[in-house]
Amino acid sequence: MKTYLLPSLKLTLILIVITAGIYPLAIAGVGKLTPGHGDGETLTYKGRVVGYALEGQKFTKDEYFWGRPSAVDYNAAGSGGSNKGPSNPDYLKDVEKRIEDFLKHNPGVTRAQIPAEMVTASGSGLDPDISPAGAQVQVARIAKVRGLSADQLTKLVDEHTEKPLFGLFGPSKVNVLKLNIALEELKK
Amino acid sequence: MNTEISGVIFTYLLTLALAIPLGRHIARVFKGEKNWLDFMAPLERFIFRFSGIDTKKEMSWKQHLFALLTINSVWLIYAFVCLMAQGHLPLNPDANPGQSPDTAFNTAISFLVNCNLQHYSGESGATYFTQHFVFMFLHFVSAATGIAALIVVFRAMKDKITDKLGNFWDYFVKSITRILLPISFVIAVIFAFNGMTTSYAGKDTFISMQGDTVHVSRGPVAALVAIKHLGTNGGGWFGANSAHPIENPNYLTNTTELVAQCLIPIALVFALGFYLNKKKFSYVIFGVMTIGMLLFMIPTINAELNGNPAIAHMGVSQTTGAMEGKEVRFGPANSAYWSVMTTIISTGSVNSMHDSAMPMSGTMMLMGMMVNCFYGGCGVGILNFYIFIIIAVFISGLMVGRTPEFFGRKIEAREMKIASIIALLHPFIILVGAAISSYVIVHMPGADWAVKPSAWLNNPGNHGFAEMLYEYTSSAANNGSGFEGLGDGNIFWNVTTGIVMVLGRFLPIIGPLAIAGLLANKKFIPASAGTLKSDTSTFGIMIFAVIMIIAALSFFPALALGPIAEHFSLK
Repeated sequence: MKTYLLPSLKLTLILIVITAGIYPLAIAGVGKLTPGHGDGETLTYKGRVVGYALEGQKFTKDEYFWGRPSAVDYNAAGSGGSNKGPSNPDYLKDVEKRIEDFLKHNPGVTRAQIPAEMVTASGSGLDPDISPAGAQVQVARIAKVRGLSADQLTKLVDEHTEKPLFGLFGPSKVNVLKLNIALEELKK
Repeated sequence: MNTEISGVIFTYLLTLALAIPLGRHIARVFKGEKNWLDFMAPLERFIFRFSGIDTKKEMSWKQHLFALLTINSVWLIYAFVCLMAQGHLPLNPDANPGQSPDTAFNTAISFLVNCNLQHYSGESGATYFTQHFVFMFLHFVSAATGIAALIVVFRAMKDKITDKLGNFWDYFVKSITRILLPISFVIAVIFAFNGMTTSYAGKDTFISMQGDTVHVSRGPVAALVAIKHLGTNGGGWFGANSAHPIENPNYLTNTTELVAQCLIPIALVFALGFYLNKKKFSYVIFGVMTIGMLLFMIPTINAELNGNPAIAHMGVSQTTGAMEGKEVRFGPANSAYWSVMTTIISTGSVNSMHDSAMPMSGTMMLMGMMVNCFYGGCGVGILNFYIFIIIAVFISGLMVGRTPEFFGRKIEAREMKIASIIALLHPFIILVGAAISSYVIVHMPGADWAVKPSAWLNNPGNHGFAEMLYEYTSSAANNGSGFEGLGDGNIFWNVTTGIVMVLGRFLPIIGPLAIAGLLANKKFIPASAGTLKSDTSTFGIMIFAVIMIIAALSFFPALALGPIAEHFSLK
């Protein structure tokens, strides 16, 4: 064993320096050159930081586009999903409650119009996006609360719909925070 | 075609397009031929000189094992001490406390063995110091350990009677300097430019649009996430792993993470062909593995795209598929693809919550880990596959009434005993574990642990049983993903899964190394008309049958009690 122990200790030491010291410091250096300077890109509204571009936040007021339900209540210092199984009766009751709540706040919308992501919790609890359908289905409510025309809002959602990668791969989506900031700016 | 499906196909084809040249590169590196990373040679010489290692000293298979086990023991002690003491160590801007002894025991083993089961959440249970100096370090060296062990087996398969199988330290260090480190660097740069954080700044606080005060966990994430996938490790920076928007910001990073985790396992299959000059043999292995992958992949994507029938009954539109536990930016098809890849390839990172997946998908993920060699983890995937090859050779030999031979060496009782023990170990530790935990839940519901057994399960019925089965399967397969609803942060789970992880890692490395080493010492018999050809599709079918019989038959009863029963009860 002794033949191997000393080289093992020394090799461990030098590899710690290379893989855990030098390598991430080099990446941190590269990160300084990126748009968020490696600290994470923030979004501002009226000169104030109102959130991180990548992370969803809680929108429950009728005047905003809502994001997805979150199992961690959009706590960005923790993260996680509900981990409820698809057949769990308690979970299915929660979903039913969310559907009823959604219908109450969005009169005129039918069950078949609600996209699944609006009544199911995301994996991270911080999902920043909803589907374009998830945004469109809320247009009537927001138009009424804010006294704007539905056409204007539909156009806003279209403008904020991010297409699949290279137009070919993956789903389309709408970043809820960016959409809501644009919505606030529309009012002026 | 729908953009979700095209995304999945694109990701797989991109993986193949990169894996084949990488396989050629890996073969060159370990044959000692010229390669485009020769500029790393001075760094390697420095490392060897500093460590007092003479790479010219060739080792027998036993010496390889001693070296491997010695250095792994050093890492285990180092990791355990750091995790306990992390509260007092530097780089802890969020002032997180040290881990409890049982959590540190579990976590240290988990990262050492390339499993990365996490019974803590990165935001509160680890510091920047342990994330980098323990986890990321172990990401590199555990992957390199697997690759080095595999190269020993490659070397032993050459047509030469020998006891000299190269130098372990040489294989190990070159796995890092010529494969893992350079590729990780490129991947981490891609991540950094897509918004993944890289700085060492601690938590941030802001007031949201609605006026809520929000604290945001951050950290130097990008470097870790690169090697986490490339080394098929899977232990995430944040609790939500690669479902977290900072750990996986968009579809491009998601594709990169997916390609990274499949890259080396597939490249190593091709490397085998290049290294031994037996390309047809590696095509046979690749074919068997790919058919196995598709068998798990297609039902999973189908189930997730169709959505949850229980929610469909409530009248909600599921045009986007089952979305519980998934992220909009990836969508259900891609999440399904990830779930299968991460379970067949012992990565265990997730971009959706497996506990909330459809029961059909859960069955496929469990089977992926039960087989554990369709591509499989860095190095160890082929080592697991090697065991099935030996068994297939033996059975085919018996069927035609000849002494079984593999690459000109006779497979005899001793090798078969080792292969059988290793093949049966996997179901044994999984099923015994699941049985013990089921017993504890029923008979000791109020035991005074951090989480009482009565509160372990997040879901009732068959799904609850599946949570426990998944935990042991994931531990034994060194996968690390979980049905995370399970209340696993207590001494029972920490200790039992810790033991299962160690057995599930080192015995399946020791076994193939021993078999290969023993075979390399045997007389070489040149191929004749009666030799079983190992590079034919007939032999491929034989291996496939052996895998299916061992995996399907030994696990079927447990699967039937868990996700299969849930599948048929879900309406």
